[in-house]
Amino acid sequence: MENIILKIINLNAYYGNQKVLKNVDLEIYENRVTTILGPSGCGKTTLIRCINRLHELSPGARIEGQILLKGEDLYQIEPMIVRQKIGMVFQKPNPFPTMTIYDNVIAGYILSGIKLSKEEKDKIVEESLIKSGLWDEVKENLFKKGTFLSGGQQQRLCIARALAMKPEILLLDEPTSALDPVATSVIEELIIELKKSVTTVLVTHNIGQAGRVSDYTAFFYLGELVEFGKTTEMFTVPKSKKTEEYLIGKIG
Amino acid sequence: MNEKTINRRIFNNKLYKIFVSSFSFLSIIPLFLIIYFVLIRGIKYINLKFIFSMPKPMGELGGGIFNAIVGSFIIVGVAALIAIPIGIMVGIFLSEYKEKKFTEIVKIFVDTLQGIPSIVIGIIAYLWIVKPLKQFSALSGSIALSFIMLPLVIKSTEEVLNLVPVDIKEAAYALGAPYHRIVLKILLPSGSVGILTGTLIGISRILGETAPLLFTAFGNQFLNLNLLKPMSTIPYLIYVYATSPYKDWHNQAFAASTILIIIVLSINLLGRFIEKKWKT
Repeated sequence: MENIILKIINLNAYYGNQKVLKNVDLEIYENRVTTILGPSGCGKTTLIRCINRLHELSPGARIEGQILLKGEDLYQIEPMIVRQKIGMVFQKPNPFPTMTIYDNVIAGYILSGIKLSKEEKDKIVEESLIKSGLWDEVKENLFKKGTFLSGGQQQRLCIARALAMKPEILLLDEPTSALDPVATSVIEELIIELKKSVTTVLVTHNIGQAGRVSDYTAFFYLGELVEFGKTTEMFTVPKSKKTEEYLIGKIG
Repeated sequence: MNEKTINRRIFNNKLYKIFVSSFSFLSIIPLFLIIYFVLIRGIKYINLKFIFSMPKPMGELGGGIFNAIVGSFIIVGVAALIAIPIGIMVGIFLSEYKEKKFTEIVKIFVDTLQGIPSIVIGIIAYLWIVKPLKQFSALSGSIALSFIMLPLVIKSTEEVLNLVPVDIKEAAYALGAPYHRIVLKILLPSGSVGILTGTLIGISRILGETAPLLFTAFGNQFLNLNLLKPMSTIPYLIYVYATSPYKDWHNQAFAASTILIIIVLSINLLGRFIEKKWKT
């Protein structure tokens, strides 16, 4: 039996008059990887930006409906707190250019003004970098700028930065779309590894990636949730015609 | 395309290049001439004594401009202290709240302020500060100069903050950071080099301003460190000495001009250097 950590109820999202998500109902299970799959412009990114309330920062953006984190309505909580509970990694690696690797990892604490002792900081940095698989590569250079790393390493640094806040959910917005195949496979292995400690929602348009890393897949098309189910089942016997067409490359 | 058209195009390209580069060359000639003439007439009077001694009473030969150098640094320093924090805050506002109507209004006012003749700003400072206090003062000069510097700081802050990528800001938001810490810890450090360069350019600009000081800081024969009293400055001293009938004062005016040019040029070069060195 799966444990529901996040429940999306009848969610509609708008940019101005344009409706980008239509009546979405979705459940995300704890310590599982759920892929949000679909072609460009289907509202995948908007969906996860609603989950950590980044959506509302765009001018003219608004939502209707409910998102419950362990039964608690996210839109009744202060957005800053929501974003500490739900971490996010973006398409393009975006470490803070003015900060060292060390500071980048604890950036969430620095930016929130949370005071930590030297030992606590060291511990968080080491743990987060180990979790993101970057520790061995950077432990000698912790006080160099994060922008000196390669693209794949920068992206893992961003994952470490998100993990350092000990989030309950990690949102990954096409985290490998700007990376080469080798760096991509490292990150995919990492996503599978992270399942033990964190619930992951992965946005991708890459069917192969969804198949390799995710337990559940939600297929979106033109702002609507077409199909949701176990990845293995959906990829072998899709229930919807649309899903099938996308999986065999007819649409997308 | 036949050979004739191609040849004509090649010729036109060359002609265009010649035009563009020769006008660029022409545009640097005035600066060289200015520096050359001022240096040649001023540099021989510059020595440590000139820099570190006080002016002699009218009619006596010799003397220095120590009070004016100190005065310039104090007045410009205070002006910078006023203009930099306000300018940075306004710059942040303009780059962060682009959609607001009020932003448009502020922008128009900043642009207009930049175009207001400096002597008018001097008159305003005179009416607002000198008249009510019934006293010429260094502070009123600083305030007048800060109005001139303010648009430069605002513009450079706004421009560099606009260059900070949106994804960096979103990354900070996504970590649950409060807005004021994002500005302080992410935006300002990312833009610090540009803001610093803009500030230095603003400082070198107001170092040479004379008009707003004529009826604010006024001038002082003696060394004065009191902001509420009249204070001498290098440009004001140049103005007074150059319009006097004394040959010795004319020479001193050229020497003071040389010093002013050297200071302004070094600040500009420092700005260039910082920009090159630290821009990432």
